[in-house]
Order: sequence, then structure tokens, then C-alpha cells
Amino acid sequence: MKVVISKADFDRIVAHARSCLPEEACGLVAGSEAEGVRRIEKVYLLENADHSNEHFSLPPQAQFAAIKDQRANGLRSLGNWHSHPETPSRPSEEDIRLAHDPRASYLILSLADAGNPVLKAFSIVGGVAREDELLVK
Amino acid sequence: MKITVSGTEKEVPDGLPLKDLIVQEKVESPEYVTVTINENFIAKSDEAATVLAPGDVVEFLYFMGGGR
Repeated sequence: MKVVISKADFDRIVAHARSCLPEEACGLVAGSEAEGVRRIEKVYLLENADHSNEHFSLPPQAQFAAIKDQRANGLRSLGNWHSHPETPSRPSEEDIRLAHDPRASYLILSLADAGNPVLKAFSIVGGVAREDELLVK
Repeated sequence: MKITVSGTEKEVPDGLPLKDLIVQEKVESPEYVTVTINENFIAKSDEAATVLAPGDVVEFLYFMGGGR
């Protein structure tokens, strides 16, 4: 699986994640999928219901509002994103344990190196995480 | 009867219980999924007794969370 995100949406995620520090930030991504390529066309910047620097969860009401918006705009739900303020861009044990949707892309933004934010995409199926190719352009 | 599930219209048996739709749709980890019907959130305690009606619009919301 290949995931494509625009530089503008990448920058929005980074800016929002920085504004949420020291807490983790999170949201959803939506767009289209064809021939093994997921194109992110809309990024949702949502509240971290946990308000924590170690955990995140998306409020179901905000998820539902995003899904309604996706339906109205002909977009497909592609997955979610969250930030790791102090750790690398890789799924933690908790990320893997709580990844219940095998069809979702899980994007993780590391802010561990403040000047060099790193965004990666993963598929998590049956407790196994695999990094997917992510293109920012 | 026709209902809409995750944005797709489907034909299902009349009076289909929600719990059967969850099985039919192969919803993963249903204990971590919140269901909405016609924009109303269904409490976990009400799922077993909920029966679908013609025209219902159903969404499955996976719990999304994690940690460092």
C-alpha cells in the first residue's frame, strides 16, 4: 500500500501537533483509493479526548461528524493520524493493541526532533504493524 | 428491506437485529465499535435489543486511540 499526502496537509498536521504540545495530537484522514494507492484529500484535526502526552483517543462524536462530512463530499475514510511528541514515528505496543480497524492507515508524526518532524504510515493487521510507503508532495 | 451501511445501500432481511448486521458485516472487534443509526448513538447496553427498520442509516465507528 502506498499513501500520498500533500505538502499542505502535511504542514497542517505538523502545525496542529506543535500547537497541542506537550499533549499528543490526533485526527482522521480521508480521500480516495485506487490501484493500491491511498490519496489523502482531507485531514481532520480533532481533539485528543485524553489530553495526554502519552495517550490519545478520538471522541466518537467528532469521528461521526467527520464521517458525515466525508459522505457529503464523496470521500472515503482512510484512517487516522496522531503525534508522538517525544518518541519515534513507529507504532507503540499500545498503538498496535488498540488498532482495531484492519482497513485503516495509521499515520504517526514524530516531533522528537523538533526541527525535523517525521511522518510515517502503517498498516496494522492482527497485531502486526507494517510500514507503508508515504509520499509527501 | 433497504438500509444504508457505512455509506452503501444494502438489501437485508426485514427486522434484521443489529447484532446480526454486525456479524454479517464482519465488523472486527465489535466490542470496540460504536454504532450510530440515523445519527443516534446506540448504547452498548441497547445493541442486543435493537432491530433495524427500512431506510435506516448505520455507521460503525471504530475506537481510535493509542499511546507513546
